[in-house]
Amino acid sequence: MSKKKPASSAKRAAKVDRGVAAPAIPEATDRAGRDGLRRVVITGAGTINALGHDVATTLQAFREGRSGITQLDFRDVERLSIQIGGQVHNWTPETYFNRQQILLYDKFTQFTLLAAKQAVAQAELNFEGALGLRSGVILGTAGGGLNTWDENYRAVYEEGKNRVHPFVVPKLMNNAAASHVSMEFGLRGPAFTVATACASSNHAMGLAFQMVRSGAADVMLSGGSEAMLCFGGVKAWEGLRVMSKDACRPFSANRNGMVQGEGAGVFVFEEYGRAKARGADILAEVVGFAMSSDAQDIVMPSAQGAERAITGAMVDAGLNRDQIGYINAHGTGTAANDKTECAAVAHAFGHHADKLMISSTKSMHGHLIGGTGAVELLACIMALRDGVIAPTIGYQEADPECALDVVPNESREVKVDAVLSNAFAFGGLNAVIALRRI
Amino acid sequence: MTEDITNRIRAIIAEQAMLEPEQVTDDSTPEDLGIDSLGLVESIFALEEEFDITIPFNANEPEKSQFDISNMGTIISAVQRLVAEKAG
Repeated sequence: MSKKKPASSAKRAAKVDRGVAAPAIPEATDRAGRDGLRRVVITGAGTINALGHDVATTLQAFREGRSGITQLDFRDVERLSIQIGGQVHNWTPETYFNRQQILLYDKFTQFTLLAAKQAVAQAELNFEGALGLRSGVILGTAGGGLNTWDENYRAVYEEGKNRVHPFVVPKLMNNAAASHVSMEFGLRGPAFTVATACASSNHAMGLAFQMVRSGAADVMLSGGSEAMLCFGGVKAWEGLRVMSKDACRPFSANRNGMVQGEGAGVFVFEEYGRAKARGADILAEVVGFAMSSDAQDIVMPSAQGAERAITGAMVDAGLNRDQIGYINAHGTGTAANDKTECAAVAHAFGHHADKLMISSTKSMHGHLIGGTGAVELLACIMALRDGVIAPTIGYQEADPECALDVVPNESREVKVDAVLSNAFAFGGLNAVIALRRI
Repeated sequence: MTEDITNRIRAIIAEQAMLEPEQVTDDSTPEDLGIDSLGLVESIFALEEEFDITIPFNANEPEKSQFDISNMGTIISAVQRLVAEKAG
């Protein structure tokens, strides 16, 4: 009997046959660094989100303070009580993927692959050969292939079908995006997915940073994605009654909840010496990361837990409080998060809290849940590289419990040297990243 | 009918608070009963399921919701109003 590989699986196989004898694992590029810690820089960025299908369009929207939150458009939306979101419009997967790939890629994987391709193109890296063995990918997502779950539950429960497509499991699994990125570029080092709800991307990027810094890898693709805007995804969130029906207004006294978004952000984290030697365009340096757990409540955040992560990131980075010029806030626009986050920042920074700027770009792209920290890191890079601080739009009324400079409604041109990006998840899991201008 | 509704509401809240129904009085606030924000959202869900009604409630601005959760008395009258509107 013929044991020929079926055509469909051959089609899905990686483009390059790497089935040669396994080469020896190369050493880290900077061996001396193994005794200490290596520097880590960002040499590529990619995104797709409600504000645009690439980094340039997204940053332009940040500058203009433009909202990407619109009426939601998908099947059964009329049965939802929440009908707005930061949805990616004009998404045509057939522009980027062939029929077979579309059958295999959930939307969260499609978004991830698009962002990853943009990031790698900007970094001008080729992972063939030794570099691929020293490179990996760590991504964050909370819902993974939630659209796939939703569509197939509908098929079997509502429509009474007794058969589903054979790719349902490989399509919906939370590590699908990370695996497809590894296959796309031939990243043969560490590859996995982190799921810590709204902090997933920050945890993922923090771990990627630590791997490059420690010498476990030379290049890591990292970030995250989410595609939860479907009937079941939004219906689940409605249950908690924390969603706004009209707008995301972080820090504004009249805020009334969060607005969901979707999309992806992916970055190339690279060892500094390597990036410098090849003359790469360095977007920013990743200098610190800290995580903490509230160990307290499954939904209510703790200012102490958040503060420990904020302070921890600065300590890890070797930065003083007064060096931080901007914080990209978690800023969900819920009553609970915003006042807790402001209390944590005020306590962590003391008098300097009145001098720094803190904004929530969720007001523009919505809350991308597991992908949110990745898209928000773009605002941090913009602050460091372009000296433009993204605003908190929709800000209407001052709230004495959020008495910080939240950069209301209009972006601002200010040169900053170091920034933080906050993410605080349901379950009390906090992850803060520190970046520096280079 | 209203008495039956009142008793059913009391039973639901009591169950959430892990108390006996008679311990839940009209002037009990959710806080008095040890019901936190998540417990409140759960109670509202249970009331919606019991009476097949939709309760307008946003946890971010409970005071602005057209559903007064100040105490058991206000919760009972708000639920009764919604049940009556539904029967309408």
